Amino acid sequence: MADFLQLVFSGAAIGAIYALAALGFTLLWQASGTINFAQGEFVMLPAFAMLFFLKVAGAPLWLAFLLACVVAMLILGYGFKVVVVDPLLKHGVIPLVIATLGLSIGLKSAVKAGYSAEAQPFPAIFPDGLLALGTIRVSYADVGTLLVAGLIVVGLQLFLNRTLTGRAMQAVAQNTESARVLGIDVKQMVLYTFLINAVLASVAALLVTPAYLAKFDMGDSIGLKAFYAAIIGGFNQTRGALLGGVLVGVLENLMGAYVSPAYKEGVALMLFLVVIIFKPEGLLGKAEERKV
Amino acid sequence: MSRRQTVAVVVGLALYALLPPFLKNYGVYLMTLLCVYVMAAMGLNLVVGYAGQMSIGQAAFFGIGAYHVAILMKLGLPFLAVLPLAAGSCFVIGLLLGFPALRVQHHYLAFATLGFNVLVYLVLRNEQGWTGGTFGLAGIPRPTLFGVELDGNLAFFYFTLASTVVLALLLAWLLRSPWGRAFAALRDNPIRAESLGVNITAYTLLAFAIGAACAGVGGAYYAVLVQYIEPSAFNVPASLMMLLAVIVGGSGRFFGPLVGTVVVVLLPEWLRFAQNWYLMVFGFAVVALMVWLPGGVLSLADRWRRARR
Repeated sequence: MADFLQLVFSGAAIGAIYALAALGFTLLWQASGTINFAQGEFVMLPAFAMLFFLKVAGAPLWLAFLLACVVAMLILGYGFKVVVVDPLLKHGVIPLVIATLGLSIGLKSAVKAGYSAEAQPFPAIFPDGLLALGTIRVSYADVGTLLVAGLIVVGLQLFLNRTLTGRAMQAVAQNTESARVLGIDVKQMVLYTFLINAVLASVAALLVTPAYLAKFDMGDSIGLKAFYAAIIGGFNQTRGALLGGVLVGVLENLMGAYVSPAYKEGVALMLFLVVIIFKPEGLLGKAEERKV
Repeated sequence: MSRRQTVAVVVGLALYALLPPFLKNYGVYLMTLLCVYVMAAMGLNLVVGYAGQMSIGQAAFFGIGAYHVAILMKLGLPFLAVLPLAAGSCFVIGLLLGFPALRVQHHYLAFATLGFNVLVYLVLRNEQGWTGGTFGLAGIPRPTLFGVELDGNLAFFYFTLASTVVLALLLAWLLRSPWGRAFAALRDNPIRAESLGVNITAYTLLAFAIGAACAGVGGAYYAVLVQYIEPSAFNVPASLMMLLAVIVGGSGRFFGPLVGTVVVVLLPEWLRFAQNWYLMVFGFAVVALMVWLPGGVLSLADRWRRARR
């Protein structure tokens, strides 16, 4: 039983990281209809940016993280929106999906060729050691990850629901035309979404890289899990991403320990297929009307 | 198709058929490989271009076809008996995978196929008893056609080219049938098509399954072409290449996959001088192409015509 609970806990920690990536993914989709197939690379790039600031510039970790956030907001937020998304959105979803696929290949290969194909170690952000909670023992890293991810999600929820800007962003996500009629600066709000996505990806990078190392293809798995987490939880719900992420992380861990580690990567797909058969709008999602 | 287009297609095909005797072995291999990928890409074009769905799992079906051939031909079955089996399996698996995904929204199929591809790769890698695991399967024999052995590279090239043309004609016929026209209606305006009595889910599902079967056929030829297969050739990057081939050429145009496959297969060969950087150049080139020409290479002709008017 203690083993089981420990597996659940560490699964929840990795799931919380999936949830951060999934959250950014859902926000982009809601605000601008962008499906970002380079979401995993959006996590990988800040990880390498942090490494760069740590090693080359000799910055402490907190400074490296802040600088990486700024770089991510500039390039993966603003740059991505202006260079790739804006010109393509009017042509529909498919060209944009292809462009983000190309972007994913390009970014990965750039890091592989320009930096290294090897996995790079990354400094720990939480102290080593185990915390005893009754009979189970959990690592400080897992506790810290869950706390940070949880705070970010709650903070984002509060921002979206309680502040004027946040509510304007939600209005844009729900109905762009009505939002414009109400005098909301739609372009501004969409830009905020892209910036928030870049920051969420940077936080995910900070949390995931110490354990999983920085590698050019580290985004493959995170990106895919983020999609699934988003859909499992409900594509149009911010809370859904959290639930989906944690669910995927926990089930993966249990599958790896009790059934077969070889098929761990298949868990998210199975869960996704089951969810869309029985509840296509996702566990917490609401069914959407179609516009004719 | 206008008369001029027909002539162009026939001349292009004749040139393609006449070129290989003047090429070295690697050239003949590349041209055969092009045919193989064109088969899979044509199937994918049915899904992406005509039914308006995203599929990122074409290489999984390609792999399923290839492993069918490798396993069954090594047991002594003839190629022509295995081919329909490979296509049939892919068709059925396509139906089973597409059914849940297509009930909901268009982009869900993209995720389902992507995950499916990962899963197929895991199975190919882990089920060593059948697939040889990471070592793959070697020594796949070339087929024998009515007593004629197709061991030579040239003979096999002509066999593959002929099969590609047959598959293309089949698909062209399919698209001209009322059934095929319903596809176009679906892609252009699904809600209107539905109101006219087209069963969206059924048509899209069938398009997806037929596209999967085409990939199975392509994979079958791939296995006997390279004679050695291993799982990494059928992982997600291969699916992305096939999808790119369709879009880069111009999805929804019959000859789009053809042009796109040439670009996607030959461009990396030309970019060899860039060594480690070539995939990066390729990736960003795709982004640039989409930004400037979202309709693919073949839409250049339309653009040019419009500009002249």
